[in-house]
Amino acid sequence: MYVAVKGGERAIDAAHDWLAEERRGDQAIPELTVGQIEGQLSLAVDRVMAEGSLFDRELAATAIKQARGDLIEAIFLVRAYRTTLSRFGYAEPVDTEKMAVKRRISAAFKDLPGGQVLGPTFDYTHRLIDLGLAEPGLEVEGAAPPPDDPAAPAHDDLMSPPRVVALLDDEGLLEQERPGPGDGDPGDITRQPLSFPADRGERLQALARGDEGYLLSLGYSTQRGYGRTHPFAGEIRHGAVAVEYVPPELGFPIVVGEIEVTECQLINQFAGSRERPPQFTQGYGLAFGHGERKAMSMALVDRALRSEELGEEIGAPAQDQEFVLAHADNVQATGFVEHLKLPHYVDFQSELELIRKLRDRWETPGQSEMRAEAAE
Amino acid sequence: MTMPLHTEARAAGYNFAFLDEQTKRALRRALLKAVAIPGYQVPFASREMPMPFGWGTGGIQVTASLIGPDDVLKVIDQGSDDTTNAVSIRKFFRRMTGVRTTERTEEATIVQTRHRVPERALSDDQILVYQVPIPEPLRYLEPRETETRKLHALSEYGLMHVKLYEDIARHGHIATTYAYPVMVGDRYVMDPSPIPKFDNPKMHRMRSLQLFGAGREQRVYAVPPFTSVRSLDFEDHPFAVQTWDQTCALCGAGDSFLDEIVTDDRGGRMFVCSDSDYCSRRRGDGETDPARGAAAE
Repeated sequence: MYVAVKGGERAIDAAHDWLAEERRGDQAIPELTVGQIEGQLSLAVDRVMAEGSLFDRELAATAIKQARGDLIEAIFLVRAYRTTLSRFGYAEPVDTEKMAVKRRISAAFKDLPGGQVLGPTFDYTHRLIDLGLAEPGLEVEGAAPPPDDPAAPAHDDLMSPPRVVALLDDEGLLEQERPGPGDGDPGDITRQPLSFPADRGERLQALARGDEGYLLSLGYSTQRGYGRTHPFAGEIRHGAVAVEYVPPELGFPIVVGEIEVTECQLINQFAGSRERPPQFTQGYGLAFGHGERKAMSMALVDRALRSEELGEEIGAPAQDQEFVLAHADNVQATGFVEHLKLPHYVDFQSELELIRKLRDRWETPGQSEMRAEAAE
Repeated sequence: MTMPLHTEARAAGYNFAFLDEQTKRALRRALLKAVAIPGYQVPFASREMPMPFGWGTGGIQVTASLIGPDDVLKVIDQGSDDTTNAVSIRKFFRRMTGVRTTERTEEATIVQTRHRVPERALSDDQILVYQVPIPEPLRYLEPRETETRKLHALSEYGLMHVKLYEDIARHGHIATTYAYPVMVGDRYVMDPSPIPKFDNPKMHRMRSLQLFGAGREQRVYAVPPFTSVRSLDFEDHPFAVQTWDQTCALCGAGDSFLDEIVTDDRGGRMFVCSDSDYCSRRRGDGETDPARGAAAE
């Protein structure tokens, strides 16, 4: 009995062996390759990269395989790996206006320079399970364009349309996000602990690695009246951007790679205040890979967190930066929630002793006042 | 800085003790500040570790920033070396540093603990590293960091005294049994981590350095050797530790914290030392394997 309570090294090793066996599943079925996960579960890979804060498809796919498809576990694996990587410098800010877009839409304008580009989206599919996918080789023909289809855009043809939010710039009706003269370098929440109040750069960093489900629900709550911000999807774009770095010994930027991102700029109504005229304001979201739900949720929450700066009334959970940011990280959250599985018998013993003491007192005659009080 | 030669036992591809040297330096700077201001919570840029937050990442980072090739490490959880998470953390450091580990309290240069202070008094060449879930003693009275920092800065601990007073008014005594708040160096109210209040007196003027790491909450704090650590109380309701009617069923100790073990489904109970090293040494069987012989019966 005692030994069982205390656990032990052999039990842990045996549990790990069993885990490896469960991960592999039925031996009669071929093992998944990392390439298959990377190619065919690409949105899972994207989410793991986004919340793992590391752009590496192969690593994310390997983590998904190791985590048996548990994405938060995979995110955790990626983060714990990322933290061991040495940092040799900061890249230049990526220019998303120069993105080679695969998809770009605006819900604010019917047509606009660069056009509406649907790209690969679930948006207008009918959510009917395609039973043909259950058997490999029976996929509906035409589901993917043949490689040499002249109508399919080659990578070089992908365009970089101008930003939608810049279109309203002439009239000054939409605030523009431009670095001001007094703006220093943004903070880095992986090198300096987040402190409150956090500035917008730090808030966006925390939201970018924040849990998609959490941000989705918080963003949703603002749409339902808890800190209402009247959003329009100004622009959502997804595609590849170049990452540039200025090596100190060269002194000019060189392209070190290309990453895929999804960017969302929401346009929100703002009634104006004594200092600022009525105008549209922005909420901003950016995620690695193709993550529209994440980028949109992030933009909603970003805008809600700007309430204080804009002098709006604050009262909803999504507007409370300590609440929102302190609980957004799913690696932290899952760790602390699941730590309840660790033994707590010392604390429990202490509480047990206290409850016994309180019970003795409660059962002693003449303690009726306390009983009445306790019943309140 | 050259790295010690423990490569044969260590996992390849990782720095000694997992963290890179710059991160360790940043952590040690935070720890120095913590030592200089006893009981004050110093923010630090906590890293993701390969164990989950809430499972000792603060303590693990503190240990990783301090440990060298000549250190001897002991890890306990609930007082025991044999608890699953203690086994896992000890294994991690063996893999990442190749240092020697021990279960004997006096042999260790670093003792990392969760929820207990060892029964055996520590010496001045030992460091006790606590794993901390919630470093802020005022957190459950005031959830906002911006507010609690202000309260600490102003030494404004009225909230806490009111809470303890209300306990007495309602229950006749203070109804906090673990993570019982302490006043450190007559300046900062500090959370001693969820150790039972039984262990609080051991912290007072302890000979060894006590370091506290909260990974998820990104804070470290410290109690330097020989620092005053007073458990909060009132003159007419002095602080008192837990006592048991029983002694340890295995070693007979009457001065240790006892775990209650349910032995059957008919209300059978036995009480045994939570500190497995203390208990097995008292029984004279030296090394490890605490209580296994007794339990097999």
